[in-house]
Amino acid sequence: MTTNLIDIQNSDVIMATSNMAENHPVGFQWVMKAKERGAKLIHVDPRYTRTSAAADMHVPLRSGTNIVFFGGLIRYAIEKNLYFKDYVVHYTNASFLIDPEFKTPTDLDGLFTGFDPAKKSYDRSTWKYQVDGEGNPKRDLTLRDPNSVFQLLRRHYGRYTLEMVEKVCGIPRAKFEEMAQLYCSTSGPEKTGSITYALNLTQHTNGVENIRSLCMLQLLLGNIGRPGGGVVALRGHANVQGATDLELLYHELPGYLAMPLRDPHPDLKTYLEKETPKGGFWTNKPKFMISLLKAFYGDAATKDNEFGYQWLPKRASADAYSHQHIFADMYAGKIKGFFADGQNPAVGGPNAKLARAAMQRLDWLVVVDIFLTETAEVWKTPGTETKDVKTEVFFIPAAPAAEKDGSLTNTMRLIQWHEKAVDPPGDVQTDAQFICTLAHRLQKMYANSKKERDKGFRAANFTYGAKPDHPEMVEVLKEINGVATEEITDKEGKVLYKKGQPINSFAQLSDEGKTTSGCWIYTGVTVESPDGTLVNKAASRKPADDKDYLGHGWGFAWPANRRILYNRASADLAGKPWSEKKKLIWWDPKAPGAKPEDKPGKWVGLDVPDFNAFLAPDAKNGDKPFIMRTDLVGGFFGPLNDGPFPEHYEPIESPTRNLLSKQQSNPVAKIWKVPDQKNELAPVGSKDYPYVITTYRLTEHHLSGVMSRYLPMLAELHYAHFAEISHELAKELGIANGDMVTVSSPRGKIHVKAMVTSRLTPFKIDGKTVHQIGVPWHWGWKGVDQLPGSKGDITNDLSATVGDPNVYIQETKAFVCNVKKGVV
Amino acid sequence: MSLSRRDFLKFSSTTAAGVAAGTTTIDLAPVEAAATTLKLTEAKAFAGVCPYCAVGCGQLIYAKGDKIIDIEGNPDTPHTLGRLCPKGAATIQLSNNPLRPTKALYRAAGSDRWEEKPLEWMHEQIAKRYYDTREKHFIEKEKDKDGNVVTVNRLETIASLGSACIDNEECYLLSKLNRTLGIVYHEHQARV
Repeated sequence: MTTNLIDIQNSDVIMATSNMAENHPVGFQWVMKAKERGAKLIHVDPRYTRTSAAADMHVPLRSGTNIVFFGGLIRYAIEKNLYFKDYVVHYTNASFLIDPEFKTPTDLDGLFTGFDPAKKSYDRSTWKYQVDGEGNPKRDLTLRDPNSVFQLLRRHYGRYTLEMVEKVCGIPRAKFEEMAQLYCSTSGPEKTGSITYALNLTQHTNGVENIRSLCMLQLLLGNIGRPGGGVVALRGHANVQGATDLELLYHELPGYLAMPLRDPHPDLKTYLEKETPKGGFWTNKPKFMISLLKAFYGDAATKDNEFGYQWLPKRASADAYSHQHIFADMYAGKIKGFFADGQNPAVGGPNAKLARAAMQRLDWLVVVDIFLTETAEVWKTPGTETKDVKTEVFFIPAAPAAEKDGSLTNTMRLIQWHEKAVDPPGDVQTDAQFICTLAHRLQKMYANSKKERDKGFRAANFTYGAKPDHPEMVEVLKEINGVATEEITDKEGKVLYKKGQPINSFAQLSDEGKTTSGCWIYTGVTVESPDGTLVNKAASRKPADDKDYLGHGWGFAWPANRRILYNRASADLAGKPWSEKKKLIWWDPKAPGAKPEDKPGKWVGLDVPDFNAFLAPDAKNGDKPFIMRTDLVGGFFGPLNDGPFPEHYEPIESPTRNLLSKQQSNPVAKIWKVPDQKNELAPVGSKDYPYVITTYRLTEHHLSGVMSRYLPMLAELHYAHFAEISHELAKELGIANGDMVTVSSPRGKIHVKAMVTSRLTPFKIDGKTVHQIGVPWHWGWKGVDQLPGSKGDITNDLSATVGDPNVYIQETKAFVCNVKKGVV
Repeated sequence: MSLSRRDFLKFSSTTAAGVAAGTTTIDLAPVEAAATTLKLTEAKAFAGVCPYCAVGCGQLIYAKGDKIIDIEGNPDTPHTLGRLCPKGAATIQLSNNPLRPTKALYRAAGSDRWEEKPLEWMHEQIAKRYYDTREKHFIEKEKDKDGNVVTVNRLETIASLGSACIDNEECYLLSKLNRTLGIVYHEHQARV
C-alpha cells in the first residue's frame, strides 16, 4: 500500500471496497479512530458485512462491475469540477498530449486502437505521448487540448453516466450521487480520503485495471502521498508482501526486476538496455540487477561472465509459468515434480478440481507444511481410486513462526522481526532448514559436474553461520540487504565500506560488482554500528509517540523506512504543505544541505522523504513527486496489456450482456483450454447457471483453512460450510435457512448449508432482477474429527481457469452458478 | 527480549481491567492472577508477529522451557496496539496441537498409506528426484524467434509453489535455489 494503517486516522472519508472489519479487523481500528474524529465511512460491497455495519453508507454493487463504479466517480469528479486541479495539472500526466491516432472504446465500440483479433492482443504503437524535438512529452497545462490525457479521460468516462452506473452495477442513481458527493468532498488542499481494496478488486479478468481505476480516482482528488490519503492495499497472508518483494513469482527476480525472457533478453547488456528506463529512480536498475547476481553467484559472478547472467533461466514466453499455467501444464503432463511449500492448491486455488487432478498425474510431490493438507493427501481425494494415483509424496512437517527467527513484511511494507520462542518438536523443520539442506545435497551431487550450466548453482552459497543445516536467519537478511564485496572508497579515497560490511542505502549499490544485494528495496534493514556489531532494524521496537505518530522506530518499512510513499505530493509546487492540517513533509530552506559547503535546504517533516531530501522544489524535477515513474508524475494514461484507461467488460461468465459496448468480456483476457471438460464455461445469460456467485473469507478462518481448520479454538466457531442466499432467491427456490443446497457451476458442484439472509439483496440490472450469492472458501475434507463443521466441500471446485491479461490472476469474485434445494 | 518495569505495569493494568469486566458474570480473578503470575515469574517473553493476515500484529510469546504457554498481543506495536483478532488469539494452537504431525512421511506410488521415514532418508530421496528430473529434462540452449541459438538454462519439469506463509529470509532462499537450478514455474499465493 502507498500509505500506512496508522495514517488512516487522518482520512476525512474512507471508502472501504473490501470487508476490512472482518478480514483485517485489527487494522480496522484506524478506520474507527478516524470516525471518532468525524470521518465518514463508505462501504462498497455486494454483501452487508460488519464493515457495512460500521459505515455511514453501504453501497452494494453487482460483482464484476468495479470499473463502472470508479469510472462513474471519475466522470462525476470531472463534470462537477470537483478534482484537485493544481495537483492534477502538476503532479500527474493529465496535461500530457497523446498521439492523435490513439482512439478509445468510445470511438471503437469497446476496443482501443491497435487490436489484433487473431492474436487477441494490442499493437500499442499509438498509445504514446507526443514529444518535442528533444524527446520530452508535450504538455498543455490548461488541460484543454483534445489530445491531452485529461480530455481523453473525460471523453472516455463520458459514457459512465449515473444511468449507466445504475443499469450495470445496480446502484440506484440517487444513492450513487450521494456517495459520489461525499467521496469527492475529499478533493482539495484541506481534505483527504483513502480507499481500501483487497481481493475484491484483484480476482477478476480485469483485476489490474480495477486497481488502476481506483488509483486514478485518488490522483484526480489529490489523495496520493498525503496524510489520510492513499491506496490501502490489504493483503491476506502474513508475508504475502515479503514473498512478493523476494519474488516467489514467475515473472520477476527479487526487487521487482524482470525475469529474463529468451527473445528480448539474450545477454545482460541487452537486458539492462531494454529494462532500464530513461527517467525516474529505476535508472539505477543496473546497480540492483548486478548486486542481485552477486548475491546469487558470489565470487563466481564477474564482469567477464556478465556477472553470471547466462546461468539464470530465460523464460520462453511471457505467457507461461504462472499459477494457473502450472496446473493446466501439470494436467497436460508437462510438469513431473512439484514442491508445495506452505500452500494448499487442492483447496485454495481456482478450479481446485483441475489442480487435484493435475497433482494426481505427477511423478513426485514434496509438501512442506504445518499440517497434513489436502494437497499432501491429494491421493486420498474423496472419489479417487488411491491405487491409481502413481504420485510419490514426501511430507516434511514445518515450523510455525513462533518456532523460528525471521522477518515478515506486512501489508504496509513494514518488515518486522520475530524471535524463536521454542525449538520445533520432533522432526519438524523450518522451511529455511529444508531449503538449505536440499541445496547442500544437490550441490554435493553436482560437485563433479564440469558443465557450464551447473556452475552458477554450484557457486551459490546456502550456508549461513556456523551450522550448515541450521542457517542463521539474520545472516540471510544481511545478504538480502547487501554487503560490500571489496573495500569501497569515495573519490577522495576515504573508506566508505570495508569488505563484508552491510550497505546502508540502495543508492550506494554498485553496478560494477562491488556490492551484493538480494533485494535492493530492503537495503538499509541491516546496518553496522560504529563498534562493528550488526544492527537488525527489522527488530527495532520503539513504540510510536506524539512526535512520531507513524512509528519510525518500530521495524523497518521499505524503501528506506519511508512510511507514506510519494510524500513529496503532500507539499505544493513550492514545497509548502498544501494545508497546515494535512502537512507531512515540506521544504525547509534554512536546514543545512547534504554537505557543509552545499547551499542550505532540505525536505523535513513527519516522515522520511520519498524523494531526494536535498532536491529543492525549484530545481529541475524538484516539483515531481512520483519518482518511480519514468516521467515522474502520476499516470492517468498508463499502458497495460488491456488498455491505457480502464474500460468495463463483463466477467467471462456473466448474467448480462455488456451495456457499454459490443465487446462482451476483456478482449485480451486469458482463457485456458483444458481437455476432458476440466474448464467448461457458461455462456452469457446462461439459463442453466443464472445466478452471480462471489467467494470470500471469514474472520474465524484463514484462506484454504490449513491454519484454522485443525485448530479447535477456530474450527468450532463456524458450525458448517455455507452459502449466503437472499430471502428473495430463497423464496423463489423454496429454500429455508439451514437447508442443504447444491451450488453448481460448469466445473463442479458443492453441498453446503443455506444461510438465508438480508445481507444480500437482488440487483436490478438493465431492468431485470439478478440474484447474487456468496460462498466462503475455507473448507476442505480435512479438519478436526470431533468438529464435523470444520470439514466441508471445496468452494474452488466451482471457479474457472481464466485470467487477467497482465498478471493472470483468476476470476473468483464474479462468475455464475446454479442453486438447488437439497443434495442433488 | 526482557520485560521492563513499564511493560510489567502495563500488563498488570490490562489484567485488572479484565477482572473488573468479569465480575458481573464469573469471577475469574484467581485464574487470571495465577496465569499472569506464571507468565511473569516463570516464562520468558519473546517478540512475535502474528502469522495470519498481513496486518502484522505484534505478539508476545511466553515460553517456559520448550513449551509455549501463552501468546498475546504486544501493546507497544504502533499499528496494532496489542490487539489480536480471533485467529491471532488462537496462534498458540499452531504449536500446541495434537493434530500436528512431527514426523516426516512418505507415500509410495499407488500406496494407500503414509510411512514414517527418517529425515535423512527423506532429504536424500527428495534431492535424488530433483537431480534426476533436472538431468533428464534440462534445456540448455534453444532457438529464439529468429532462429538464433541462445543459452536459456531452463528447467520446465519441476514447479514450485509457495509461500506467503514463510519468512522473508526463507522466500529469498527459495528464490535463490529455484532460480539457480533453472526453475521457471515459480509462484506463490500472491498470484491468486
